Amino acid sequence: MSAIKAKHQRLILALIALVAILAAGALAAWALRSQASYFYLPADLAANPPEAGRAIRLGGMVEAGSVAKAPDGVTVRFVVGDGKARVPVSFKGIVPDLFKEGSGVVAEGRLDSEGRFVADNLLAKHDEKYVPREMKDMTADQARAAVRNTQ
Amino acid sequence: MIAEFGLAALWLAAALALLQFGSGVAALRKGDSPLAALVRPVAVVQGALALLAFAALLLVFAETDLSVKLVALNSHSAKPMMYKIAGAWGNHEGSMLLWVTVMGLAGSFVAVVERRLPEPTMIATLLGQAFVSLGFYVFLLFASNPFERLNPVPPEGQGLNPLLQDPGLAFHPPTLYLGYVGLSIAFSFAVGALLTRQVGPAFARAMRPWVLGAWIFLTLGITAGSYWAYYELGWGGWWFWDPVENASLMPWLAATALLHSCSVLAARNALRAWTVMLGVVAFSMSMVGTFLVRSGILTSVHAFAVDPKRGTFILALLAIYIGGALALFAFRAATVTEGERFAVTSRESALVFNNVMLSGILGIVLMGTLYPLVTEAFGERVSVGPPYFNPMSAVFVVPMLIVLAVGPLLRWRRDSLSRLRMPMVVAGVVGLAALGLAIVLAPGKVLPIIGLALAPAVAVASLLPLRGRKLAQVKLPLWGMVIAHFGIAVALLGMAAEGAFTTERLVALRVGETTPVGPWQIRLARIEPVAGPNWTALEATLEASYAGGKPILTHPQARMFWAPVQNTAESALLTRWNGQLYTVLGDKADGDANGGRWQLRLWWKPLVTLIWLGGALIALGGLLALVGRVASDLRRLVASDKIAFRRVRQGR
Repeated sequence: MSAIKAKHQRLILALIALVAILAAGALAAWALRSQASYFYLPADLAANPPEAGRAIRLGGMVEAGSVAKAPDGVTVRFVVGDGKARVPVSFKGIVPDLFKEGSGVVAEGRLDSEGRFVADNLLAKHDEKYVPREMKDMTADQARAAVRNTQ
Repeated sequence: MIAEFGLAALWLAAALALLQFGSGVAALRKGDSPLAALVRPVAVVQGALALLAFAALLLVFAETDLSVKLVALNSHSAKPMMYKIAGAWGNHEGSMLLWVTVMGLAGSFVAVVERRLPEPTMIATLLGQAFVSLGFYVFLLFASNPFERLNPVPPEGQGLNPLLQDPGLAFHPPTLYLGYVGLSIAFSFAVGALLTRQVGPAFARAMRPWVLGAWIFLTLGITAGSYWAYYELGWGGWWFWDPVENASLMPWLAATALLHSCSVLAARNALRAWTVMLGVVAFSMSMVGTFLVRSGILTSVHAFAVDPKRGTFILALLAIYIGGALALFAFRAATVTEGERFAVTSRESALVFNNVMLSGILGIVLMGTLYPLVTEAFGERVSVGPPYFNPMSAVFVVPMLIVLAVGPLLRWRRDSLSRLRMPMVVAGVVGLAALGLAIVLAPGKVLPIIGLALAPAVAVASLLPLRGRKLAQVKLPLWGMVIAHFGIAVALLGMAAEGAFTTERLVALRVGETTPVGPWQIRLARIEPVAGPNWTALEATLEASYAGGKPILTHPQARMFWAPVQNTAESALLTRWNGQLYTVLGDKADGDANGGRWQLRLWWKPLVTLIWLGGALIALGGLLALVGRVASDLRRLVASDKIAFRRVRQGR
């Protein structure tokens, strides 16, 4: 190896670093396309449903009167709507405190084979200073929709 | 009065930073300028003034002076004293003041003690430090004044987010900040070395203790933050790949790489340009993290204020500092002379591999963190979570750990793998045995199996550098390396075991009923109300018995804070040597009916505590290395002083 000149060694090191970083970048770009979880409103979900089992997030309003507890005491079923479409959701777990009928929610999870959304996690408004960012926009959308509906 | 005093101190500190920068530039341009003597004292006073300003902020928070806007927005007279004080940095303005304070203090510390490098390089370093501080002073004074008054004075403050009212918070952010901002020293050293073209072993030896110090704090801060998220959020996870967690992980990855390349530069005078580059990148990652967190472009528990003006401001600072440093690097890198050569099989090569892999992980984390911002610009909203981060970082972590097992045994410059046949066989056999066991115990869980196989192999291999040495004579930096590498194996075992063997149970129980989770039997004994200083709670008493043993009581709570109004689940942990029982109390399962069931979420997490024990070991390793390096530097200093003294005497 001592035959390699200093200049060459430096070049080789730089090339290795460059190739590794480019490979990391390419890998990341590929993985991000397939693994990022997209955000859907109920209308998007109805119009263009993702394949079952793919991790997505669903945002909308919890429909009034739709929340029902299963007999096991820990599974909740409810409907998320945005005025255009309705998606049935089931969630097994402890719901966040500010999860209420008629207020916004973002559910992380996936569609099952029957078109029901199975949530692993529910994000509701935490407090004044912490709102999931989709929900801020969503409530604005909702406000606009509400204005349209009453006119 | 105290608030005005603090503000005045802050303005003075900013003015002194400007003076420090200006006199540094003048001293560098004209070799024997009298201004050169000014740089060090000014740096010290500037740090002291920043500390005064911070002390003033602590004082207004301690006495809940509601005429100060920041206090009114973030504190409340009914809060316990510890959280009143912690509230001082639990918000945007206060945390930025903490940032400049740490930066000023680090600068003054360097100015006082650092005498190893040629004076022009030191002046260039302090000049760089002042330049960076200056930007943050301007940011504080013009866009986030922590001492702003409020008129009229409100009768009561709005309180602190209850999630942040926890002993972990009193200690975790300052620790992380010491790490983030400590890296500014490495940044300034890199800039100073580039300005004076003095990159060599002496530069690496001078920079190393500072990097080590910052790295220790980062390690501790990340470990503590992870534990805080684990027990405070009540979600049972210990790492969420939240942007804020990533913001602390990225500087750590860069600092870890820097630490290793520093030791190559110090010992072998190789990897010169690369080390300087990493010095720039490490602090840049701290600033990128701050930008992500403080600008409000990513919302999380940690994003205090959403203010586009601030985001733009921090973005401009980022562009100036990172862009400027990289431009300086581009101009000067070619003039940094070539270092020593080394063979493919050598300690240097192993460390280069470590650096490349760490950079790869850094790239993966950075891209995953920024991707949602990029897609949002194109109107698509996505989030990136564990399904991306876990496998993608494993692609780099696994080869890195395999090389970690062998690297420390290699000699500098040139070595042959045949010399290491024995240790490689030992580590390989341990790894394969663990792999077989893991496949049987946790079938189908790919990443945990890899972790379970690698952890024992790395643990054994990390101890091998001690083989054949008299333990009493092993130097502290070697102990540090061994313990830190062993800590990596311990943490990895904890992560893998948690992933492979956690059992979770979600049930609705009546008082008196029992449910199993893993080897535990949990009985809900009673539910009763309790009260704290600024909250009330429902507290469950659970009788938990392990494998039929005597029941132990544990008390998860559902807390209701009233300032601000918010409910939190206060999880309860039962720690055994072989894991933790994690319990969370939920809602009433059957509405308000009396005698109804209560939701309980229970986890048995075998070996989970090893994650944080490993983190602590890694930090301890860093500490031992730091003590060893500083002690030997001091010895060298004393010895050279003695020689100089003798020369003077003989000359007379």
